Amino acid sequence: MNGFFDLPSDLQYGYLGLVGLHLREGLIPVLAGLLIALPVAQLCVRFRWVYPPVLGLTTVLYSIPSLAFFVVLIDYFGQSETTVMVPLAIYSLVVLVPAIVDGVRSVPQDTLAAARAMGFGPVRRYLQVQLPIAVPAIIAGLRVATVSSLSLVSVGMLIGNQGALGNMLYSATTYNRPALAVNSVLTTAVLGVLADALLVLVRRLLTPWMPPTKGAAR
Amino acid sequence: MIRIDSVTKRYPDGTVAVDRLSLDIPDRAITVLVGPSGCGKTTTLRMINRMVEPSEGSILLDGRDIRQQPVNTLRRSMGYVIQNAGLFQHRTILDNIATVPRLLGWSKQKARDRAAELMARVGLDTSLAKRYPYQLSGGQQQRVGVARALAADPPVLLMDEPFSAVDPVVRKGLQDELLRIQDELGKTIVFVTHDIDEAVKLGTMVAVLRTGGRLAQFAPPAELLSAPADSFVEDFLGADRGIRRLSFFSAGSLELQTAPVVSVDADAATLAARAEAAPYLLVTDSDGRPLGWSEPDGLTAGAVDRDRLLDHGRPFAPATDSLRAALDGAVLSPTGWAVAVDGEGRVVGVVSQQVIGEAIRAAHTRVARDSAVKAAR
Repeated sequence: MNGFFDLPSDLQYGYLGLVGLHLREGLIPVLAGLLIALPVAQLCVRFRWVYPPVLGLTTVLYSIPSLAFFVVLIDYFGQSETTVMVPLAIYSLVVLVPAIVDGVRSVPQDTLAAARAMGFGPVRRYLQVQLPIAVPAIIAGLRVATVSSLSLVSVGMLIGNQGALGNMLYSATTYNRPALAVNSVLTTAVLGVLADALLVLVRRLLTPWMPPTKGAAR
Repeated sequence: MIRIDSVTKRYPDGTVAVDRLSLDIPDRAITVLVGPSGCGKTTTLRMINRMVEPSEGSILLDGRDIRQQPVNTLRRSMGYVIQNAGLFQHRTILDNIATVPRLLGWSKQKARDRAAELMARVGLDTSLAKRYPYQLSGGQQQRVGVARALAADPPVLLMDEPFSAVDPVVRKGLQDELLRIQDELGKTIVFVTHDIDEAVKLGTMVAVLRTGGRLAQFAPPAELLSAPADSFVEDFLGADRGIRRLSFFSAGSLELQTAPVVSVDADAATLAARAEAAPYLLVTDSDGRPLGWSEPDGLTAGAVDRDRLLDHGRPFAPATDSLRAALDGAVLSPTGWAVAVDGEGRVVGVVSQQVIGEAIRAAHTRVARDSAVKAAR
């Protein structure tokens, strides 16, 4: 019962179960964040004056401790995964919005002028020209957001067993088994590295058009 | 025909980019808009496909106001080429060229077939089809830009300083290529440049614009060079417009002499006879290609020392070259005589500076008479 991957039964999941839960609680918020950030970023590109206040707002939200969010959100969602994921989604905006805005703005003026002159309307121009060219910047943002989200999931243990791998930290003190804490930290780190590598691979597949010198970055 | 009818473009801050400009741009010809920066040439071009809307005046395409059709329909009917090609970096060369056909709803296959056909037409190897823009040189990218503009076979082509960012050798190649394509396709091309030499070389008609967006002169290039409307146009044309104007007169009418031409294997009698004809003799090899000049008494029959011959300068081809090339050949020749060759590079005769000078005067007289006749009508 003292093996490295043997977990106390009050965690309610086996090791792999916790890993699955951790991925779900860490990745869904990033996906939700991306879905929110895309239209928000487009607004910021379209109307330049929107960008500074949006940037300020995401930064302020990022500075609110997750515990404070939990206090409010428990009233609505109880001690649930949702309560953990909402703040994580909000945190991801601070990285994703500027990444997308910078990516879309980095599209060369010549390219945009050519697109207009060939008869691309605004929607086509966004979907077929600006967004694909912004992919490297968007994925760079996603990498930071994903790794940080995966490491922040652990804080969910504060509201009672909603921290996935983080719950092992609590068990480690309760049962005086430091190995559980080591396991929690190591597994979280491995998940972060794997998710990051996967995003790099996706970027490579999506952008065969990038010069290799630039594309080889990290 | 594209009719620009007293068009003015005034920006909100009060700057006037184009000032009551009127131009009739002929069909199936290259019309060049040329002028210093700030003369409104790019603005004028961009008003034709409504990238910029005029403040006053109107632009008619075949008699219809361009504002009468949806803007994207108008733009898809006009090819557009810009300075740095403006290619889509995330699409392959083939897909870049297929852009407008795809927008027009062609099937993927048909659009790609068309794109491949155009690659050949603009002189791009089809092995480049699957490459991305970053893998191409500047000159190749510009060719892709031209192919992309031609893809949907638009009647009108708008070109905004398309060759300005490439080196002079590549630029000359692209210019020659454009003239060749235009010979085949006969598009209505509006071409913007700040380079008067490019304007004179490419233009059927040249519109010289001055700072502030006013038209200084609108004329065929030969007329521009012979009769600049005012000192602005004259200054803009530069110092050697007289010489450059000779580009428009064919060298075909020059009277060539064959007496001073001898073959390297000529016998003594021939040499002696030819020595009477001219102060210098041009020696050719046995195929008739020029070797160099020599004084007659420096030549010994059967033993011509090729290393002692004077350089023959750059030969011209009377069939295709202009008086400018002939004069250039004569000026560069150490003897003052230019060497005329046929398509294979075989000498067909020689001509002196004096004879070229007479031909130039004759050409000028002819032009003056023609324009007098035109004016009298």
